[in-house]
Amino acid sequence: MTFATRFAGRLLGRLGAGLLAVSLVGLAPPARAADLTVSAAASLSNAFRELAPIFEARHAGAHVLLNFAASDALLAQVRQGAPVDVFASADESTLDKAQNESLIAAGTRHVFARNALVVITPIDSKVPAPKALADLREPLFAHIALGAPAGVPAGRYAQGALQSAGLWAAVAAKAVYATNVRQALDYVARGEVDAGFVYATDAQAFRDKVRIAFDVATPTPIVYPLAVVQGSRQAELARAFVDFTLSPEGQAVLAKYGFRAP
Amino acid sequence: MGVAWPALALSLKVALWASAIDLLLGIGLGLLLARRRFPGRELLDAILTLPMVLPPTVLGYYLLVLLGRRGWLGAWLLEHFDVSLIFTWQGAVVAASVVSLPLVLRSARAAFEDVNPQLEAAARVLGLGEWSVFLRVTLPLAWRGVLAGLLLAFARALGEFGATLMVAGSVPGKTQTLSIAVYEAVQSGQDDLAWRMVAIISVTCIGILVAARRLALAGAR
Repeated sequence: MTFATRFAGRLLGRLGAGLLAVSLVGLAPPARAADLTVSAAASLSNAFRELAPIFEARHAGAHVLLNFAASDALLAQVRQGAPVDVFASADESTLDKAQNESLIAAGTRHVFARNALVVITPIDSKVPAPKALADLREPLFAHIALGAPAGVPAGRYAQGALQSAGLWAAVAAKAVYATNVRQALDYVARGEVDAGFVYATDAQAFRDKVRIAFDVATPTPIVYPLAVVQGSRQAELARAFVDFTLSPEGQAVLAKYGFRAP
Repeated sequence: MGVAWPALALSLKVALWASAIDLLLGIGLGLLLARRRFPGRELLDAILTLPMVLPPTVLGYYLLVLLGRRGWLGAWLLEHFDVSLIFTWQGAVVAASVVSLPLVLRSARAAFEDVNPQLEAAARVLGLGEWSVFLRVTLPLAWRGVLAGLLLAFARALGEFGATLMVAGSVPGKTQTLSIAVYEAVQSGQDDLAWRMVAIISVTCIGILVAARRLALAGAR
């Protein structure tokens, strides 16, 4: 090794150490007085992005951090100790699990919205729109997008509806599983699949790209419960957020995005 | 457990196909970049190396836009051959081979550049044609470099996740590779399943690395 390369190596080493130190300091900023982390089901993303600034305006100093994913993924995060204050799920069963594992604070659980399941097709689809679940058996529908039932409530609702219609095996054979309902929506919007199962609110959010073919009756009603997470450092603010979603003001925003009142 | 073994088999199939494609492309393009001088040579090198540097999701998005049913290449394939790569294992092969090509290409280019041109000249003087010179002199001399790159590419293809998920989606038994199955198991809180699959892929990778090392040593003798 020549002197020059050794010198360069040492300089790089110092630079690296310096950068590391700076970035580590940057990683641990003094926690803000009122950071409120809200984990919400992917289908709530548009509505909660509008709710957050309104809530912040009502509570001086409050800063809402939104975390969207499939409900089961959010539960897995809370279970591993993620610093979450409010957990809003797209089904009761996920929050039941959280409750059974004592992950949510007692007495803070409320249903704040309802939704419906629909089958959608790409807006420029050349295939005749399906009119009922049984039509999805047609070979015309080669790929059908739905959330993976193991981890996505929308997928479980779809599975439940298809099972009670005796069509699950036929549809599962051509299912493309999405990691959350918005991914299933995106697959349909891009025209990569011929049909998909999403919530009515998702279809509304993408109404320029997808068309609702028909409503799907689900054996389990689609309700959205939320609760304060056990051990939240902002328990009071978290409770205020829960109340806010139930207030007329919060409900008005949810209604605007197509969610029905609890 | 039903998910793990088909996912492993699919991961291996995709990685083998991707490595095979990368081997041919890597040798061809590596030779081109090492031996020919043409305008835009370094630009081509940079573009072909890009998949190693770009976030896999960016690459996945490019591929989706290119190969999707409405992408310009995807629409053409669909119209003329009735073929769609999205949500197929072949789509996963395309994603994995694009992501891992730079690994073969870079080491192949360096290996070809290191081959002493006088040896090739001597072979020509002794009456070998260009093709024979390549097969009997150039490639054997560069082979270790190419092989080293190929092993890395195979490992990279085996672990490919981001671009694959975007292009091939997650269809159990069809496009759900082991890395995607692990992600879904963790996402849905199936920690037992995730652990089993993580153990399987770890042991498989160690086995491949040990076997590859033995092969390389045997080949060097």
